[in-house]
Amino acid sequence: MLTYTIHRFLLALVTIWAISVLSFAIIQLPPGDYVTAYIAQLASSGVDVTPEFAENLRQQYGLDSPIWVQYMKWMQQIARGNFGRSLEWQVPVMTIIGDRLWLTMTVSVSAVVFTWALALPIGIYSAVRQYSIADYIFTFIGFIGLAVPSFLLALILMYVGFRYFGANIGGLFSPEYLVADWSLAKVWDLIKHLPLPAIILGTAGTAQLIRIMRANLLDELRKPYVITARAKGMSEFRLILKYPVRAALNPFVSTLGYLFPFIISGSIIVALVLSLPTIGPLLLKALVAQDMFLAGTIVLFLGIMTVLGTFISDILLMWIDPRIRFERRE
Amino acid sequence: MTEAKPPAFEDALVASAAEERVSVATQWQLMWWRFRKHRLAMISALVIAAFYLVAIFADFLAYADPHKTEAFRSLIAPQPIHFFDEGRFSPHVFALIGKRDPRTFKRVYEPDPERKIPLRFFAEGYKYKFLGLIKTNRHLIGVEGGAAEELIFLLGTDQLGRDLWSRLMIACRLSLTIGLAGVTLSLVLGVLLGGISGLYGGAIDTLIQRVIEILRSIPTIPLWMGLAAAMPRDWGVVQVYFAITVILSLIGWTDLARVVRGRFLALREEDFVLAAELAGVGQMRIIFRHMVPSFLSHIIAATTLALPNMIISETALSFLGLGLRPPAVSWGVLLQDAQNIQTVAISPWLLTAAIPVVAVILAFNFLGDGLRDAADPYG
Repeated sequence: MLTYTIHRFLLALVTIWAISVLSFAIIQLPPGDYVTAYIAQLASSGVDVTPEFAENLRQQYGLDSPIWVQYMKWMQQIARGNFGRSLEWQVPVMTIIGDRLWLTMTVSVSAVVFTWALALPIGIYSAVRQYSIADYIFTFIGFIGLAVPSFLLALILMYVGFRYFGANIGGLFSPEYLVADWSLAKVWDLIKHLPLPAIILGTAGTAQLIRIMRANLLDELRKPYVITARAKGMSEFRLILKYPVRAALNPFVSTLGYLFPFIISGSIIVALVLSLPTIGPLLLKALVAQDMFLAGTIVLFLGIMTVLGTFISDILLMWIDPRIRFERRE
Repeated sequence: MTEAKPPAFEDALVASAAEERVSVATQWQLMWWRFRKHRLAMISALVIAAFYLVAIFADFLAYADPHKTEAFRSLIAPQPIHFFDEGRFSPHVFALIGKRDPRTFKRVYEPDPERKIPLRFFAEGYKYKFLGLIKTNRHLIGVEGGAAEELIFLLGTDQLGRDLWSRLMIACRLSLTIGLAGVTLSLVLGVLLGGISGLYGGAIDTLIQRVIEILRSIPTIPLWMGLAAAMPRDWGVVQVYFAITVILSLIGWTDLARVVRGRFLALREEDFVLAAELAGVGQMRIIFRHMVPSFLSHIIAATTLALPNMIISETALSFLGLGLRPPAVSWGVLLQDAQNIQTVAISPWLLTAAIPVVAVILAFNFLGDGLRDAADPYG
């Protein structure tokens, strides 16, 4: 078990490293560099810029050294907690990201919780009552959930909310809490606003998980041990929950590793449509304005969050499924 | 006893005829028989074929120049075609009267039931080149005199007064082909790397598998957004199109590589591969003559299932303004107009582009499921 954990941990580290390289590449990709953009900005605001000043800036930021040295420098700065300054906002990147990072995390985790809370009982029901009307309805909803991209779902729900309930259902806070300091009341307000984004983000994943759960459980239900237990007079409820569901559960957990990146990805666009104060809209703005330190840092953070989520799901899977533990030991 | 024999004998004959039909059928025939039974997949195949036909005949089906803007026709609501006039078949539309709302100063349009404008089939309209080759100006519908864009508004118009129906038709082209191009590129990468991985095993296999794991744990949309944002602003439609294809397949190949690797690993142990090896067949010939045909069907199924993801991704990127950019027209570009709730609340018809997106994704999913079931005709 320990070797497996270490193995996964090392892989997670390598992944984070790969993501840092990619984030750096994203910072570097647009033509020109930080200084070019900065000087263009200064020039447009009327400041006279001499070539020497530009050269000094380049040296200061180390832009004249080879690319891998620049990467090392960026990493060094990050290790000290300095993520660079945002070009557009003229403040350290972390000041802007701060709260938004936590809100992104909160929304994503609640989407995962929603996905699970819904997919598990529906999956079990659909398998136990196969070909019932409810099973067909759930299958149909599942296909729709799979086919409607989350941002479209958000748009449609927003429209319905606006048209038929006269409410703007976007955002994560009521207006009176928008700029308020954190308090219990604000947290409660947040919790009240969470379900909608969670549902929108979770729908596609839920649809997929219901299908997986249903298929797995159907396989399990046909096995002889189920018949044996039934023949021995075990109650149907306990019979299903105690053995087949447990056995069907583990592919369910293993998909969590893919579910998490998927949901974080989706949250970017959905946040934009629902105008959530998460990291998504910020990333888009940073990319459009070529505010590359901000964009690179956000991509890096999103990547790290994903890797952590995947790592946790791997450990969880190992804890739930003894077969994985023992397979590794051999 | 003797009387009972003939019918049983006949049954056996019929059964053996069916069996014989199965046993001499080629693999592709078996797959076709099996696929035919999957009704939903059959319907989906037809739907997809219809969509691609629309893409080919897009200019013919459109009746207004999709790029022509006109401020006086901004945000007109969809106007239906009336097919019957006093019990007689005579398709027509009502002329619109544009007015200013005295309170909001918004331009509003009202149909005038007195002025009926008859529709003509195969009418003359704006000029285009059919398939980029044949110059013509014929369109499925139009009006007498040739100014259809001023009179017909099947799905309404957008902010700039461009006709949505015509734009939707043209959009099918980019949206449907970019998925194909992306999948093709993913397929090449996936088969190549998955094949190497499954065939050689060992250190190369471990390396490729780790790369796949790493790529899959990176959240795709931020990565795509970053790459897409790095595209120079002055790139033309064609360059952006290919760049987007490359960006999409950067992640897309991993799924296909997994399928290919899995099949290679399974087939390597098969008796017929061993037999071919013992008979002294070269490695390349074993792969392409013996192994590839037996998992080709799985690859086709996996490819079909990968397509909807590509289409969603393109739509999402273009929706954000990072994918295809105007003047290119794709479903995502059309949906970009519907980005905020204010616009959608006032002119909900801007959301129409969502319908083909959902329809195509569903159809590809059903088709892929059907193909996957049919891919293993012996199972």
